[in-house]
Amino acid sequence: MTQGRHLLAVVVAVLAIVAVPGLLPAFYVTLFGYVGLAALVALGLVLLTGISGQTSFGQASFVGLAAYATTLLTKFADMPSVVGLLAGLAVTGLTAWLLGLITARLSGHFLALVSVAWGLSFFSLFGTLPWLHGFNGIGNIPPMGLGGLMAESRRIDLAVIIAAVALLMVMSANLLDSRMGRAIRTLNGARLMGESVGIDTVRLSRTVFVIAALYAGLSGFLFAHFQRFISPTPFSLGASIDYLFMVIIGGAEWLWGAPLGAAIVVVLRDQFNDWVPRLTGQAGNYEALVFAIVVIVLLQRAPEGLLALFARAPRRPPRRPPPSSEAAKIAPPAVAAAPVRVTQPGPELLALDCISRRFGGLLANQDVSFAVHAGEIVALIGPNGAGKTTLFNVISGVLEPSGGRVRLFGETSSHEPTRRIAARGLARTFQHVKLLPSRSVLENVALGAHLSGRAGVLRAMLRLDRSEEASILAEARVQAARVGLDHVLERPAGDLPLGQQRVVEIARALCLRPRLLLLDEPAAGLRLAEKQNLAALLRQLRAENMGVLLVEHDMDFVMQLADRVVVMDFGQKIAEGPPERVQADPAVMEAYLGGVV
Amino acid sequence: MDPFIFFSLLQDGITTGAIYLLLAIGLLIVFSVTRVIFVPQGDLLAFGTLTAAGLQAGRLPGTLWLLDALAALALAHSLFQGRRAALRGLLCWGAYPLVVTLLARGLAPLMLPAASILLTLAIVTPLGPLIWRFAFRPVADASVLALLILAMALHFVLVGLGLVFFGPEEASAPTLSDASVAIGNLSVSGQSLWVLGCCALLVILLRWFFGATIHGKALRAAASDRLGARLCGIDTAETGALAFGLAAFIAALAGVLIGALTPLSYDAGFEIGLKGFVAAIIGGLASFPVAAAGAILVGVLESVGSFWASAYRDVIVFTLLIPVLVWLSLRTGTAEDRA
Amino acid sequence: MNAPLLEIEQLRAGYGHVEVLHGVSMAVPEGRMVAIVGPNGAGKTTLMNAVMALLPRWSGAVRYRGAPAGTTEALVASGAVMVPERRALFADMSVEDNLLLGFYRRRRQRERDARPSMREVFQLFPRLEERRRQRAGTLSGGERQMLALGRALMGKPVLLLLDEPSLGLAPLIVREIFRVLAELRARGLSILLVEQNVRAALQVSDYGYVLETGEIAAEGPSAELAENPRIHETYLGQRRRGAGE
Repeated sequence: MTQGRHLLAVVVAVLAIVAVPGLLPAFYVTLFGYVGLAALVALGLVLLTGISGQTSFGQASFVGLAAYATTLLTKFADMPSVVGLLAGLAVTGLTAWLLGLITARLSGHFLALVSVAWGLSFFSLFGTLPWLHGFNGIGNIPPMGLGGLMAESRRIDLAVIIAAVALLMVMSANLLDSRMGRAIRTLNGARLMGESVGIDTVRLSRTVFVIAALYAGLSGFLFAHFQRFISPTPFSLGASIDYLFMVIIGGAEWLWGAPLGAAIVVVLRDQFNDWVPRLTGQAGNYEALVFAIVVIVLLQRAPEGLLALFARAPRRPPRRPPPSSEAAKIAPPAVAAAPVRVTQPGPELLALDCISRRFGGLLANQDVSFAVHAGEIVALIGPNGAGKTTLFNVISGVLEPSGGRVRLFGETSSHEPTRRIAARGLARTFQHVKLLPSRSVLENVALGAHLSGRAGVLRAMLRLDRSEEASILAEARVQAARVGLDHVLERPAGDLPLGQQRVVEIARALCLRPRLLLLDEPAAGLRLAEKQNLAALLRQLRAENMGVLLVEHDMDFVMQLADRVVVMDFGQKIAEGPPERVQADPAVMEAYLGGVV
Repeated sequence: MDPFIFFSLLQDGITTGAIYLLLAIGLLIVFSVTRVIFVPQGDLLAFGTLTAAGLQAGRLPGTLWLLDALAALALAHSLFQGRRAALRGLLCWGAYPLVVTLLARGLAPLMLPAASILLTLAIVTPLGPLIWRFAFRPVADASVLALLILAMALHFVLVGLGLVFFGPEEASAPTLSDASVAIGNLSVSGQSLWVLGCCALLVILLRWFFGATIHGKALRAAASDRLGARLCGIDTAETGALAFGLAAFIAALAGVLIGALTPLSYDAGFEIGLKGFVAAIIGGLASFPVAAAGAILVGVLESVGSFWASAYRDVIVFTLLIPVLVWLSLRTGTAEDRA
Repeated sequence: MNAPLLEIEQLRAGYGHVEVLHGVSMAVPEGRMVAIVGPNGAGKTTLMNAVMALLPRWSGAVRYRGAPAGTTEALVASGAVMVPERRALFADMSVEDNLLLGFYRRRRQRERDARPSMREVFQLFPRLEERRRQRAGTLSGGERQMLALGRALMGKPVLLLLDEPSLGLAPLIVREIFRVLAELRARGLSILLVEQNVRAALQVSDYGYVLETGEIAAEGPSAELAENPRIHETYLGQRRRGAGE
């Protein structure tokens, strides 16, 4: 943000905090207060559901926990409200952390169902624990205050609420605009990619979950001292679903969707309550009904953005493919004249020792052994079903071998998780490109440099990570230029043709400063010019003493590029050697062309 | 504890357990064929109870008008779909609702329990395929999660409509039997026997349907492998409608049965549905015998628990769900990536 | 019959933004077996799926029985039955039930008795009869392929489409499957076969097309095509420059 815009934003915020509560009529003060309170919860949901892809039907429970905590302390124990706030946040955070231990590994709808379960549980608890006064509720909650100054009027409460919303929005924006923000985005459908650049996705999921809960907790604290009365009703499953609806209506993936959705739902609901009975002469839960219908229609019809957030269904392809003139726009990599090939391969980087991998009754890999050295390109080929992808997954730590040993850079890595293997210097790309399609090329490449940073969530939110971020982005620019992407850095990665997307993945891999590069079908779907550029890039990397292991089906591409070819069939290695020898090997021909029947 | 009281509690528990079992079956059928976690099934149960109550009181229930309205929409839609669809539309969404409406108008003032119950089944059951057609079929390929959110939204729609149609008061469905059967010193209520009997009969009928008829097998096929079913000429839109129809029928029947024992209000069905949902989850959304055991367990737990005035029984039931879900999730595999 | 049973003209199709088929043209005459061979990634399965409308066709024409081919449901209803690459069997149902469901499409067209067709299938695959009550999920790979093929035959197809029938099968089983295919061909069934195993495919078929990166690289009567050196190059790459012959 430029200085001028920054200043403007601050001025607007201050005006909102000071002027709005002061100028509005009393009815609107209350209404906007509820909008703000809902916006806080919705903001957490944007981070949780919209950005990191964890759907929760239980956020209202966290609101309730904090509300009850502060109520008990301030009303029955005469504590100052600051203590209530801290207690509320502590209870919420701790509960979320414990729940997070369970939920961080859950997938899709199971997580949603578990959140329904705890939502119902807590609601029941709120209603039955005797010292919470059940559905009679607790009234006469003291106002909040700081060091003797009490917020006697709702206008002051509203100012505090607006300030809280502003603060949390700024902190959330900061978080998303940082190294951790990029990492969080991988949680939503690209976890494997996140692990491959060193992100601990399980721990990060839990962290986001706790953050969302804390946002809800803050709302709970403010709610108790705003309304001065609490009962279990606002903390029901229905309320949780409401928050989710707000986020869906407002737009789940962007921060402004939270206050927008909250405003729409709260204000319209209030208006409905007014004039619908006047129209129909009947009291009723019409707003809930209408909202639900709106949500249903939105989920069915909304532009890809809203439904695609949740949907695994593939997008409908465009009527026409993008013009093939895109191929001409790809810049060749920053390569000098044809580099001198290192004739002697360097030290051993990767050694597979009798690797076997079983899936139930199926032996996908059987006693596979070979090695990859620095400064050489090894290709792994074989007909469909030969076990190449399984082997790749074993090497990169996605799967554990059932037998045998993987030695990486001299140490056994057979049972290490992907992210630790990445930290050691092995980078990989994926058969189906795994990018963040709506983020810029620069951001995608910068993901590869995740491990070179240290700033965590808190530093990011408080904007204390700027110098580290600058060096990460600088590194990303360097690698992007190296592969010829410097003219598309600001474009959304999803807009690029497939060939360039694969190159983005390679640039991301290079940010890891790897010694060994694993490429999964890098040439698939590329046109001729793109393949030539890719081959030139790989030769360049080889000249810089990197080791490259690639799985590929395009024989022309492989045979012209590789130093050594390993052929697999039915899970076993059937041939290994320079391309000419492998091409003439009868066993290889039999494997590919098939046997006579 | 007094053996009479225990027996009475057990009877209550097994009766409600049978209801939960019915709902679990409905959920399982719908989920396996369409991947929709049909949470609003409980709301249809309430519709069942209240529709029967309304008819029995001589009134025409709001659900009848809902049926008519949705059927009209479906009819209009099918007229644009070609001749075969138009003919079927006229039959299903034209003639059928017309007949039911006329029957209702004629029979409701007579306040006959049998008529009220049968009409209720006739009115609520077709709401299933209509809900499928308008709410879920347009997005049938969406993820389980998206469908779940949609189902939650639908719950609000049904609850809202319930309030509009029936008002906030509780009502009871007509009883099938006021009798009491004596076994030794213990007495078993006739209605309970009806509940258990209907449950058992339904289970047997469904087993026959899925095991021996080609349409039942086609439904199982659609649940097992959608691509394979399509390539065999099985229409997945129809199997979805059939699955929802079965679930709606089950919900209506359950509503009529349990509604005679306990008065229900428009929003009480959801919680009953949730308990059925717990049983279905225990069965892994896949296994009928385990879900059956789960349902009976939930019913008995509830019954015994409420005797000891344990208000925490709900808390326990819902909290128990969490480890079950975690175990299920781990069994199914870790978080998926988008391809 | 003059017009071919299946005609494909300049078909383009793909996934997402990626075009996989770049204008493919081919035909299946009635009563003939046509094989499409090619290496992995060539687009063979994409071609099958586009023909059966499981994938949208971006441009070009597909004509079946003289008329433009419509939706999957319409194609199935008019006798185009496909055995997909992953077989799509109903794993928790018995062999017999799987076959019965193959008959389903004829049931919609008012045929009542599935038994004669089932007898025919058991004649072709005696092993399936031995296991008729067994759950499909417990069958071996070869038996599953036989069941998938048998289920397709229960529908009395006009055109049978097979996507990589030899995939993942041991050579002995492949031999048995192809023997059955040859038998079906002799009985006059029109078959479109997509295969990675070139030699077997060209041995049983009448005509062949070689698909390479989304385009037809060569075509001809199968016996001639089998001798074409282009095939070797397609599968194993061109000879390395400077490496000599």
